[in-house]
Amino acid sequence: MTIIEQLLTSFIASAAFVIIFNGPKRSLFHCGLVGMVGWIFYFLLEANGVDMVLATVIAAFSIAIASQYFAKKYKTPVIIYSVAGIIPLVPGGIAYNAMRNFVQNDYNLAINLAAKAFMISGSIAIGLVFSEVINQIIRKSKLKTIVNKSQ
Amino acid sequence: MEMERQETYDIMAVCLLAGKIMLQSGAETYRVEDTMMRIAASFGAHQSHPYVTPTGILFSVEGNEPTKTKLIRIIERTTDLEKVASVNGISRKISAGEYTIEEAYKELKKISESGSPYSLWVHVLAAAISSGCFLIMFQGSWGDFFPAFVTGGLGFLSLLYFHQLVPIKFFSEFSASLLIGLQALFFVSTGIGGELDKIIIGSVMPLVPGLLITNAVRDLMAGHLISGLAKGADAFLTAFAIGAGIAVTFSFF
Repeated sequence: MTIIEQLLTSFIASAAFVIIFNGPKRSLFHCGLVGMVGWIFYFLLEANGVDMVLATVIAAFSIAIASQYFAKKYKTPVIIYSVAGIIPLVPGGIAYNAMRNFVQNDYNLAINLAAKAFMISGSIAIGLVFSEVINQIIRKSKLKTIVNKSQ
Repeated sequence: MEMERQETYDIMAVCLLAGKIMLQSGAETYRVEDTMMRIAASFGAHQSHPYVTPTGILFSVEGNEPTKTKLIRIIERTTDLEKVASVNGISRKISAGEYTIEEAYKELKKISESGSPYSLWVHVLAAAISSGCFLIMFQGSWGDFFPAFVTGGLGFLSLLYFHQLVPIKFFSEFSASLLIGLQALFFVSTGIGGELDKIIIGSVMPLVPGLLITNAVRDLMAGHLISGLAKGADAFLTAFAIGAGIAVTFSFF
């Protein structure tokens, strides 16, 4: 039940975000799917006790793969899909809690949370970049085999 | 000679317009540079150097004559993914040789003047719905869905309104998040809402600079150090504005 609830809300939230960012109407559905895939990876990993940072990296990686697939298939910039996907992963809650503790003069806890928020936003980027690098390696190695064949 | 010079200037105008639209709409730096170089190359200017930062574009084209360089300033930046996609499509068509310089310029001008594909109320509704959904995703209860829906929608509407009133991003983000905090406080104190934290986190999500943060880190990793740092500073300022707005609310109770 929780899973269905999470799947549904993450799909709607990601698609709604694409509307806020003025995304093309025809890609709304796919953006929702990308967001859903990323969030469910993160949710399941986190619920099973995997560290938040690692869960974020894996989720961001899966988002990047799905985005690249859609980008190639529909010839649209990859950023449209990846933005929709990463929005749920952005550590808004942790950053909020950090800020709240700063205001309540609990600096130790606040710095702790702020560092965590920084780590998570870094791991989102690492997940995205990592998958891009792998994609480029695959593309280049394919190019080489084509060149070798034609010679 | 004169003809050739004029043509180089025309190519530069098309490239700069394409770059400007993309940068203003929130495309990554490498995509802007890549698109500009591709357009220039497909019109015959094979040696071109775009230098893109979030606040301006420098573009120079080398030919037989002395190198020509142009600079344009970018002041307003928004997120408009539809425009990024359209310019990308036009760049593909230019590469395929479907457009002349003049046609390409006209098409780009049309994109730059086109408005948002969604009306204001669709935007606000989308913000409201996503706020409610984020609440559920962050393990909130369905009873808080309605407060988050209202708070998120009104918060986003006030962001747009304040930005129109005073075109300083920090001010509008601060005021919007302050309003979100006050609304959440109101809902919780009247007993309509349950968890204050969850309602605020959900409703603040439409304001969170998620796109900026990831673009900043990607630019840094791609070697666009200046753009990366500038976007990072922009994202930090937005996060700080949101945090400060919420913090003021907390000091009330």
